Amino acid sequence: MSTYAKKQGFGATLWDFLTTVDHKKIAILYLIAGGFFFVVGGLEALFIRIQLAVPNNDFVSAGLYNQIMTMHGTTMIFLAAMPLIFAFMNAVMPLQIGARDVAFPFVNALGFWLFFFGGVFLNLSWFLGGAPDAGWTSYASLAVASKGHGVDFYLLGLQISGFGTLIGGINFLVTIINMRAPGMTYMRMPMFTWATFVTSALILFAFPPLTIGLVLMMFDRLFGAKFFEVSMGGNTIIWEHLFWIFGHPEVYILILPAFGIFSETFAIFSRKRLFGYSSMVFALVLIGFLGFMVWAHHMFADGLGPVTNAIFAVATMAIGVPTGIKIFNWLFTMWGGSVKFTTPMLYAVAFIPSFVAGGVTGVMLASAAADYQYHDSYFVVAHFHYVIVGGVVLALLGGTHLYWPKIFGTMLNETLGKITFWLFLIGFHLTFFIQHFLGLWGMPRRVFTYLPGQGFETANMVSSVGAFFMAAGVIVLLINIITTSVKNVRVGNDPWGDGRTLEWALSSPPPFYNYKQLPLVRGLDAYWIEKMEGKKGLTPAEPLGDIHMPNSSFLPFMMSFGLFVAAFGAMYHGEHGTWAFPVLFLGLAITLGSMFLRSVKDDHGFHIHKEDLMDDDEKGVKA
Amino acid sequence: MKRLAKWRLISLFAILALVLSGCGKPYLSTLQPAGDVAEMQFGLMKLSTYIMIGVIIVVTVIFLLVLVKFRRKDENMIPKQVEGNHRLEIIWTVIPILLLLILAVPTVATTFNLANVSPMDKKNADGKHNVLVVNVRANLYWWEFEYPDLGIVTSQELVVPTNQKVYFNLKSSDVKHSFWIPAVGGKLDVNPENVNKFWLEFDNKKADEAGNLFYGKCAELCGESHALMDFKVKAIDKDKFQTWVRAMQNVKKPQEATTASAQEGQQIFSKSCIGCHAVTPTNSTPIAARIAPNMTNFGERSRVAGILPHTKESIKNWIKNPEKYKPGNKMAGKYPTMSDAQLNALADYLMSLKVQK
Repeated sequence: MSTYAKKQGFGATLWDFLTTVDHKKIAILYLIAGGFFFVVGGLEALFIRIQLAVPNNDFVSAGLYNQIMTMHGTTMIFLAAMPLIFAFMNAVMPLQIGARDVAFPFVNALGFWLFFFGGVFLNLSWFLGGAPDAGWTSYASLAVASKGHGVDFYLLGLQISGFGTLIGGINFLVTIINMRAPGMTYMRMPMFTWATFVTSALILFAFPPLTIGLVLMMFDRLFGAKFFEVSMGGNTIIWEHLFWIFGHPEVYILILPAFGIFSETFAIFSRKRLFGYSSMVFALVLIGFLGFMVWAHHMFADGLGPVTNAIFAVATMAIGVPTGIKIFNWLFTMWGGSVKFTTPMLYAVAFIPSFVAGGVTGVMLASAAADYQYHDSYFVVAHFHYVIVGGVVLALLGGTHLYWPKIFGTMLNETLGKITFWLFLIGFHLTFFIQHFLGLWGMPRRVFTYLPGQGFETANMVSSVGAFFMAAGVIVLLINIITTSVKNVRVGNDPWGDGRTLEWALSSPPPFYNYKQLPLVRGLDAYWIEKMEGKKGLTPAEPLGDIHMPNSSFLPFMMSFGLFVAAFGAMYHGEHGTWAFPVLFLGLAITLGSMFLRSVKDDHGFHIHKEDLMDDDEKGVKA
Repeated sequence: MKRLAKWRLISLFAILALVLSGCGKPYLSTLQPAGDVAEMQFGLMKLSTYIMIGVIIVVTVIFLLVLVKFRRKDENMIPKQVEGNHRLEIIWTVIPILLLLILAVPTVATTFNLANVSPMDKKNADGKHNVLVVNVRANLYWWEFEYPDLGIVTSQELVVPTNQKVYFNLKSSDVKHSFWIPAVGGKLDVNPENVNKFWLEFDNKKADEAGNLFYGKCAELCGESHALMDFKVKAIDKDKFQTWVRAMQNVKKPQEATTASAQEGQQIFSKSCIGCHAVTPTNSTPIAARIAPNMTNFGERSRVAGILPHTKESIKNWIKNPEKYKPGNKMAGKYPTMSDAQLNALADYLMSLKVQK
């Protein structure tokens, strides 16, 4: 019996998760927090669809609708999709490159807690006077004029969680560059690792412009600056540029990991290596690069002039080419394969037509002169839900089923999984397909209601019915998760039977040090190569030796908590008496004090000794 | 059997209804273009849709073949591990590039064409434009339309001549809005910091079919009543437009009410409303003083407050509690509470404000 495997009480488990620096446990934290915010954002979506089901509805008031609509977008993008993607990156990427953890485990934990406290702060706005109401894009003229503290919650909450995302991205970059196992060259990296790599690079370049915009607007709203105050020589278009220089790469930050998850899924369940691996990598990098060249297509109606619009129109169309390459490569990965329709594979298969539909409307939107008609109409709403739900959310749901055994050591129920899949897929198309037409018939987006007699009634009702199918799908998924966890049937290393990459050679879940001996990678799909040669495990690249591991720490939690406290002080200064400034300084003191403690206190980690590792063999870790 | 036939008939009608409603309303839908700009944009929509349908067909065929042909039948079968295929990969790189070029060329041409407002720069000896120019000013949550060369101002209902280019200057008084007449062409943002310019043309025949009244929308989230910031466009032929302009220009001072009730209403208006609402169409008042919709031809409009039916009842309801109908509007609370008799008199007065008797 291993000295490291102990049964823990609830308090000990909680403390373990609060202090953990293990990438696999941080992945679970991201999964839980992201899943929670996904449900919150989903409820907000349901409220939106109930309000719009019939004309002149008064289910929610106009002001409350704007808050719900703003928080739906903000929550889904920043607090649901991003963390869920980070969950899979954390859970899978270090295993895929044959590493024992990420490069900076402490920073990894800090990234999670920053995101978490930022998200909690943002959502506390519901209970403290009202949520932000200027849209998730928070265009400056409206956001600066917005009354109450809603937009302040947005500005401060996103700054805190944005720091978390940024350092998470840097951490993944360093990990992939430095910590690949012997033989794992760049062109042997699994596609999901490539996606993580490119995504992290996008995060590195995209988040600073957002932070700049948020800081400028924070100064406008909280400290009387006039960056976006037109009467004082400010300019609100600058905000739009800053936001979309971040915002467009952001949608690729979301979709590229989804591509990665699907690339793995197609290869596994077709029993075939990814078709055109090199061109897939090339397309991925190209999409990432072009993603920074197209932000102004969100601003075609701004009046930037025909030269700007024409250039950005053509650049945007260009992205269609690498995306098309990927679609065909996926199709031809299945071509000639032996395709098994498991739940993850159903999501991957359904992704292709859904995402193609979203992609072609993307090209239609790129046509600037025609976009003048689509812009800010329900056509756009339909388009981005087709790419984000039809791409990202399907990948997250599929990825949840695919990697659940690797993360928790037990399989989600396949029958319930398929029920979720069909409910969600039908609901998704029912909700969003008709919205293309609503937009073309003249319905603007972000409207809290519509008047009768404009021909919008039937289509909106259809759309609202669809939303409830999606909700039903998610409820079945939650039931699935609960029953699976209760039954807790343990599974082996490669539960799907066709795993190709390194993570499937490890036990489910892997031991906390991942690899007893770092593996030797002899080609793309390293584990598949070993299996085809009749071997059971990986070829080790080093003799068995002591493993150096980092210590757990409560400091990441404290650092993030300090910023959370400081944000309240910053927001309420100048009102409610004099407590705000002391709170601001108290919060900053907690953060800086924790950083100071981290700097002066040497933490050398600990070693797992060779002798203990040899005892671990019965756990099924063949290295 | 008979029941089945009945069902078939119903579903047939349902499909027919769906196809007929598939293009939306002629006064509102981008799919029923009623002018040059919308026509060009509709052309681009059709072109891109055809190309995209082509792409979708190719993907669908391969997709269905894969789903049917390559299902796992033999659990022990290990397929050949194919690395890729250069010829195929080149094909699906080059063909999309060609398809996109087919779309890119007309896109760029149309983009430049729609942005061509050079006739707005030319002025004749009197300092007036040779073309019809309208200054659009967007406010929370109403629209003002000023005809600078004609010296008149109106609100909520834009009046334009058909079959000629109309040029627009767009400017916001507060937050960002967006000016959109879906059936005629769109759209351009109305920014607080700069004047945006573009042109539209209203087709005479299509205007007739749409009842001469197009729906206009604010397309940029601008606050609580963004959804209710509608305006209407009365598109009439050139002669009728000239008549309307002359009638407006003839109103030099506030029109006198004729009935007793309306006269009482006018007195209330002069006391409580005129501080914000003008009843003469002149554009000599500075923009900063035009803080609410101009009412000169209110009696001839088609909606109250841009959204309510044009009835006395609506006017009374609106003045009684504007917040109920347009949350967050700037009118609520700016005037004393009115009794029912006062509301009735005001409504009579406002309905009597007509320039074309």
